[in-house]
Order: sequence, then structure tokens, then C-alpha cells
Amino acid sequence: MRPVIRVSGVRKTYGRTVAVDEVSLEVSEGEIFGLIGPNGAGKTTTMECIEGLRRPDRGTISVLGLDPHREVYKLQDRIGVQLQQAQLQKRIKVWEAVDLWASLYQKRAIDAEHLLQQLGLTDKRNAWFMNLSGGQKQRLFIALALINDPELVFLDELTTGLDPQSRRAIWDLVRGIRDRGKTVFLTTHLMEEAERLCDRVAIIEHGRIIDIDSPDRLVDRHCPERTVALTTEDPMVAERFRAIPRVDAVICNEKRITIRGRGDDLVTEVIDCLSENRIRVTDFRTILPNLEDVFLKLTGHSIRE
Amino acid sequence: MILRGLWKLTWIEIKIFLREPLGAFGTIGFPVLVFLAWGRVASRRLAPSSLAASSFIRVDLPVFASLLIAVSAVLSLVTIISIYREGGILKRLRATPLRPQTILTAQVLVKLTLTAATLALMILAGKRYYPAGVHVRLFSFTMALLISTWSILSIGFLIASIVPTARFAQPIGAMILYPMIAVSGLFVPVESLPPGLHAVARVLPLTYAVPLLQGIWNGDAWLAHLGDVAALIVIFVVCAALSAKVFRWE
Repeated sequence: MRPVIRVSGVRKTYGRTVAVDEVSLEVSEGEIFGLIGPNGAGKTTTMECIEGLRRPDRGTISVLGLDPHREVYKLQDRIGVQLQQAQLQKRIKVWEAVDLWASLYQKRAIDAEHLLQQLGLTDKRNAWFMNLSGGQKQRLFIALALINDPELVFLDELTTGLDPQSRRAIWDLVRGIRDRGKTVFLTTHLMEEAERLCDRVAIIEHGRIIDIDSPDRLVDRHCPERTVALTTEDPMVAERFRAIPRVDAVICNEKRITIRGRGDDLVTEVIDCLSENRIRVTDFRTILPNLEDVFLKLTGHSIRE
Repeated sequence: MILRGLWKLTWIEIKIFLREPLGAFGTIGFPVLVFLAWGRVASRRLAPSSLAASSFIRVDLPVFASLLIAVSAVLSLVTIISIYREGGILKRLRATPLRPQTILTAQVLVKLTLTAATLALMILAGKRYYPAGVHVRLFSFTMALLISTWSILSIGFLIASIVPTARFAQPIGAMILYPMIAVSGLFVPVESLPPGLHAVARVLPLTYAVPLLQGIWNGDAWLAHLGDVAALIVIFVVCAALSAKVFRWE
């Protein structure tokens, strides 16, 4: 896969505040790439430097082979952008916004009515922007980001402030964008969103990127711990589990037993141990670490703090 | 491509402007109302035949009302720009292939259209104060007003750069713009102002707009007012260059 975004050694300061420092990353064609981190970590600044809306103090950026600062209009013709907390004119109608945006690009715009229909906005086409719900506004902004059939789409904090149902609907939309062969670059502070949506993520904090990889591999690398929780009447099991090589701890709480250990084989070994000793269990579950745990491990605090 | 975006943006902005009843009334209705009210008072209080009355109604009142039209349009520009900036609308428009100049040009075109429409309304409403014999070259006068408005709009962009939030745009804009009318030479000759004010008045566009409008209304040739037009253009160029430096998009 050829890289569509190349960022290397980018630094951006506002006065004495360093917003982004030594950020380097590459995004390949056709993937959903997520920049994740808490509010104020430098996500939006990084994204806006890549979009050509801000000029980094240092470092180089190449997007679709273009310099986003010198060739900003050429670039903006080929990308789609959704900005965090953007507004439109209060009394602009949905169809007018889409029609205006369609007129701004060199390339023939895609069928606006079809796009509105895909985003479930057809019956709102004559509504004023100010009278749309949060989810409808977000869907309109996605429509505006897609109107020029862009090769690369930027989505900044796409689902912030939306209810879970609208959030899921928008995730499906974003997957649909990727499935049509486009590249998506998004920022989020929602770990669940990153886990469910992104092919690869970069974890950013205090303007620096801590690690980049697929969510699964990040979890494997930083949180190899596995936990198995089971319920059994057998009073002797704890000792048998402690004999398994990679088990670190076995905690008994009446009939509930929690086994902590490392490595993918842990679960298999616990199951083998159960069947060899013919132990009867009434409940069995594995608890896998997630990106939230990775973030906690890497930064020492939860992303919500 | 750029032109298509410009026309579309201008047309949408005009429609949006008319959809906001209060804003539209304030900007269009206010100058017309002032014109009608003063015209009425003046034609009653002063004997219709007196020289003072006829000179006031014939020249000063239409020029004053025209300046109000221009200033209202500029005030409306300041307010809209600050609201658009605060709401991230300017930033959203910039994240497209639209050039920044195109976005601002559309706003200028909206205000010039508005100025011309308000002037037309005022002339229709004020017809009864002007006997059939009075002959004003309306096309020339409209052009003079549009040039004046265009020049004052550049100050509007400067004001829009300094107002901290949208909430302050209206009061700060009014505090800067309306006093400009007072020192424009319409009520007191500029030469008789105290030296400090005189110097200020010399760099304000209204000081050149007033003689231009008065002259064209009275039937002067454009040639007689080339100096005023040149001054208005210079002020525009200087203010536009300045605001290009200090204008904030977000």
C-alpha cells in the first residue's frame, strides 16, 4: 500500500505552548487511521497541519504527494474535511449547503440527492441548519466532506456529543467510506470508537506520539496480561491452576475464581487443566485488555482524566 | 470555478440575510425610517418655500440617509463576520478550495446589493418630498453611494479584526462607525473642526463620501469629484492591505 500521508518531525507551538512535538506518521491508502488521545493532546493541531489549515513550525508533511502549505488549493480539491465544532450559517438550508459545496470543486461532484439519501437527510433537505439535531448536523458535515468524492477524508472528533445510536450509525458510514476505497484519517478520544473503527491508531499525548499500530497489536505489545474468571464448586482447583506455568495469580472469592497470567496460550492451558481434571464449571469467561488499558499503561492515567 | 463559487455563495448569503427578519429590518428599514421621519418633520416645521428647508430636504437629508445606509451595511458586515468567525463558519469555508478573498468578496457583494436595494426603497418612499421638477441622476448617485460603501467596508474588516467576540461586534462597530458621520462634514464643515478631529476626519472615508454624494446629487460632473473618488480608493487599498495583515479567521 502506498502511503497517502507522510508526516515527519512536525512541531507546532502557540506562543510558549508546544502543541505538537516531533510528530511522525504514515497513513496508507485505503485504511482508517485514528489519532487517539485526551483533549488537548495535539490531535486537532496535527490534523489541521496535514489539511493545510495550519503551518507547522518545523518538519515536513506530504499529502497525496502535495505540500499542504504551498499547494493547499490543489490539495483541498482532492480531500474532504470535517472540522471539530464547526458550524454553518444558521439559516442555510441543507440542500443549499450541499449545492454550494458541490460548486466549489474542480471535479464533478457526486450526485447530491443520492448522498443526502445515503446519509438519511432527504426529508431534511429544506430544513435550516440551526433546526437540525446534533446527529443530523454531523451527517450534513459528513455529506459536505464527501461531496467532491475525495480520495482522503479527515474526520475530527466525529461522534463527540452524539447518542450511542447515532454514533453507531456514523461508524457504519465511515466503514462505508473505506469500503469504497477511500482513506480515512480521524481523531477521537473515545477508545471504543478507535477499537471498532480504526485499522491502525497512533496514541498521542502532550503533543508526542507514543506508539502506532493496529489496536490488536498495541494490546498484545503493551498489555499481554490475560484474565480468566470462572465459577466452580470444586474446592481444590486453585492449587491446580497455580501449577500452570504462565499463571501469575489465582484469586478465590468463594466459588468465583479469577486467574491472571500472560500470553495467548493462557486460556487454552486453563481449559486443558479443566478437562484433564474433569472440573465442572458453571461459568467461564475471559477478560481481554483493550486500548483503554494500553493507554493507562503507556501514560499512567485514564484517557478520561 | 472560483466565480461559480463566488456567485453561489453571494446568492446564498443574500437569501440567508433576508431570512433573518430583525437583521434585515434593522439594516434596510432603519435608514428609510429615519429618512421618512426627518423629511416629514422638516417639511412641516419649515415653511416649504424657505431656502433652508429646501436645501435641507433637497440635499442634506438624502445624503445623510444614504450615509446611514452605508454605515448600516458596514455594521451588518462587522456583525456577520464576527459571528461567522466565532461559529467556525469562516474556518469551515476556508477548508475548501475557496480562496479567502472569495469568501470576503461575497460578503462585500451582499452588502453592496443591500445598499443599492435600500437606496431604491428610500427613493420610492421619499418621492412625495420631491416635486416632479427635481431631477437627480439616480444612476450616478447610486454609483457614488456604492463606491463610498465599498470604501467604508474596508474599515468594517479592520473593525471585524479587533472585536473580541460576536457579542461586542454590534456595540463596538456602532461606537466607531456612527461618530464618523458626525465629523464627515455633513453637519459642520470639516475645516471648522478642532485640529485633532480635523486630522482624524481627513483619513476617514466618510469625509470624502459626503462631498461626493452632495455633488452628484446636485448634478455635478464626476470630473469635479475625481479627488474624492481617488481618496476613497486610497482608503480602501490601505485598509484592505492592513486588514489582510491583521484579519483573524478563527
